[in-house]
Amino acid sequence: MTAALHPQTAVCPGCSAAPVAPVETAPTEARLAISLPTIHCQACISTVERGLGAVAGVRSARVNLTQKRALVEADPDLPPAQLVSVCEALGFEAHELDLAALAATDTDRAGRELLLRLAVAGFASMNVMLLSVSVWSGATDATRDMFHWISAAISFPAILYAGQPFFRSAWGAVRARRLNMDVPIVLALVLALVTSLWETSLSGEHAYFDAALALTFFLLAGRYLDHRTRAAARSAAEELAALEVPRAWRLDGEGQEAEVPVADLRVGDLIRVRPGGRMPVDGDIVAGRSELDRSLLTGETLPVLAEPGDPVSAGEVNLTGPLTLRASAVGPETSLHRMADLVAIAESGRSRYTSLADSAAKLYAPGVHILSAVAFVGWYLFTLDARVALNIAAAVLIITCPCALGLAVPAVTTAASGRLFRAGLLVKHATALERLAEVDTVVFDKTGTLTAGTPEVVNLGDLGPDQLAVALALAEGSAHPLARSLSRAIRATGLAPAPVEDLREIPGYGTEATLSGRRLRLGRAAWVGGTGAVAETATWLDCGDGPAVAIRFVDALRPGAEQAVRALRRDGKRVLLISGDTTAAVADLAARLRIGDWVAEALPEQKADQVAALTRAGHKVLMVGDGLNDTAALAGAHVSISPASALDAARVASDIVLLGQDLSPIAEACRVAGRATRRIRENFRIATVYNIVAVPLAIAGLATPLIAALAMSASSITVSLNALRLR
Amino acid sequence: MTVLSYLIPISLILGGAGLIGFIYTVRTDQYDDPEGDARRILSDAWDEHPKP
Repeated sequence: MTAALHPQTAVCPGCSAAPVAPVETAPTEARLAISLPTIHCQACISTVERGLGAVAGVRSARVNLTQKRALVEADPDLPPAQLVSVCEALGFEAHELDLAALAATDTDRAGRELLLRLAVAGFASMNVMLLSVSVWSGATDATRDMFHWISAAISFPAILYAGQPFFRSAWGAVRARRLNMDVPIVLALVLALVTSLWETSLSGEHAYFDAALALTFFLLAGRYLDHRTRAAARSAAEELAALEVPRAWRLDGEGQEAEVPVADLRVGDLIRVRPGGRMPVDGDIVAGRSELDRSLLTGETLPVLAEPGDPVSAGEVNLTGPLTLRASAVGPETSLHRMADLVAIAESGRSRYTSLADSAAKLYAPGVHILSAVAFVGWYLFTLDARVALNIAAAVLIITCPCALGLAVPAVTTAASGRLFRAGLLVKHATALERLAEVDTVVFDKTGTLTAGTPEVVNLGDLGPDQLAVALALAEGSAHPLARSLSRAIRATGLAPAPVEDLREIPGYGTEATLSGRRLRLGRAAWVGGTGAVAETATWLDCGDGPAVAIRFVDALRPGAEQAVRALRRDGKRVLLISGDTTAAVADLAARLRIGDWVAEALPEQKADQVAALTRAGHKVLMVGDGLNDTAALAGAHVSISPASALDAARVASDIVLLGQDLSPIAEACRVAGRATRRIRENFRIATVYNIVAVPLAIAGLATPLIAALAMSASSITVSLNALRLR
Repeated sequence: MTVLSYLIPISLILGGAGLIGFIYTVRTDQYDDPEGDARRILSDAWDEHPKP
């Protein structure tokens, strides 16, 4: 997804040696963005701006505290890594952001346009309301006519400008021969304006200019709230994507490394991947030896050995030694990208869902039209006066107009999303909350979702103090996750490392050292000489004085995993575990979390099939997963959640992103979603009650503009207050 | 009632001035960083002379 956002240069590798056009667009200035998650006060702003401004090559630096990032204008050859290290030296956590992925947040045109329309509608409705109040309180004859004419002069241009979103959407619906919420809105606006103008020209008593403007204002407020909630979620999601700056180190003819964007890599390039780095392309290893972590792609926790000649896929993480690859597929051709594309084809759970607002509109829109048409025909036949009949039809349309309905959903979604955001959940999709409320079955992935992906030692007690001291000394010589976890665990017992000599790491195998003439080894079973099958992840220790011993690890649980599973089950939901990892590892975790239903060694298609089978059986499935092997299942489930550490493709496929490490907000989210849906239904009921009271008055011809204004404002305010109870 | 012919234009002009002011602030990105702007006022960096 991130890669797809980058412009592809349309040059084939063969032709690139002789460029057709001279390079004339050398940029003289580069814009860089740095994410600074820990800044919080005025002193931070000054420190960062002064620090960045002092770097040679920086033209200007400006911090945005709301978004917690700094925008820097600099010379094009200034490496972003330098700016990041400057910020880190000042004591702030800093990450480079990919501006291409952020572009959409900067120019939020749609939001700004809505805000301007809302401002115009607010200004006009306040003025017209003032004039109307004097009419209601007894202005007569020429004064009333003058006030009506002034109101008309304000209302017409204001509604023409501010009501455009409704006109456009209603026109689109009518042209497609459908009815949506905007059709009755537009009809009410137009009819109100036309009859009011007619009445005014005949010195009539009732004009609905204020009602038409108040209607526009309240409905625009609902639209704006809706837009802002979605824009906030989109910008946070973009920030997550932008944090993964796609860069790679390419080797040129002389073996020199150069940092290039991943989009510039070509098939056949030699690429260096450092320990801890993610493979940018599919390829074959030409030099180096290391271990690969494939957990994001397959769910396997056990690292696999990688030697020259072995194939690697984009997305795998290099663990121990530097590797040199020859790219065999880049960009959209990589297996990672092809699998992500499959997700787009898979039928998405959200496309089958009709939102509450849509189903309400389906009932509501035809009802309103029929009611107002019946009122018109009835009064015309009764009085044979088109003016009276039209007036009453307009009053019916205005009073039934879905003002409160327009606010009912966005007000609740805004309040609920705000609450979930504070709990660490980012709601990306508009109807995700409604779908989450219906969930009765929760499917978890194992690696990276229920587990943190960091191993924990289980059998430290099997080793004597001497062995532990040796293990600590050896483990500190490596950055391998197992070695790091082992050294942390032994350090916690208070032991000091043994005084070993010649400590060296052999990438892909382990670490080796000597102690008083004995050869010591810590690493893979085959290399150290370990015997006996071990089901779990294990490393072996050879102290040179006996058989090698196994040090076993289990995957540490993510914080809150236990609470989340327990709370979900307490709420009456069925919890399943479907993983691509080995049976032993999955069974162990299921026992730890007391999950009865589990499936191990599931392929990505099997995961999606399981979810589809559950859906066919009538269950509403919530899928929680992070890996590429989960993406099809994430897209196919009724609603899906992925942690922020997930692959970009998985985050895109899911409706909700979990921002922190903690899993416990998931159960809370289900409860909040249930409450939000209840509030939405309550709001619909409130709006209906207002209509039931006011519509008979309107049809009986007793409705005045004052009653219309009171009913509309009262119902809108009640609905908004009801939504605010969720916060 | 002649006072109305002054008061109505005055109220419209004042309201319009507010609206134009609001449109100006939206157009010039003054709501991009509300938190930062609220705190920048505490900085004494440009107290002596304006930022060049």
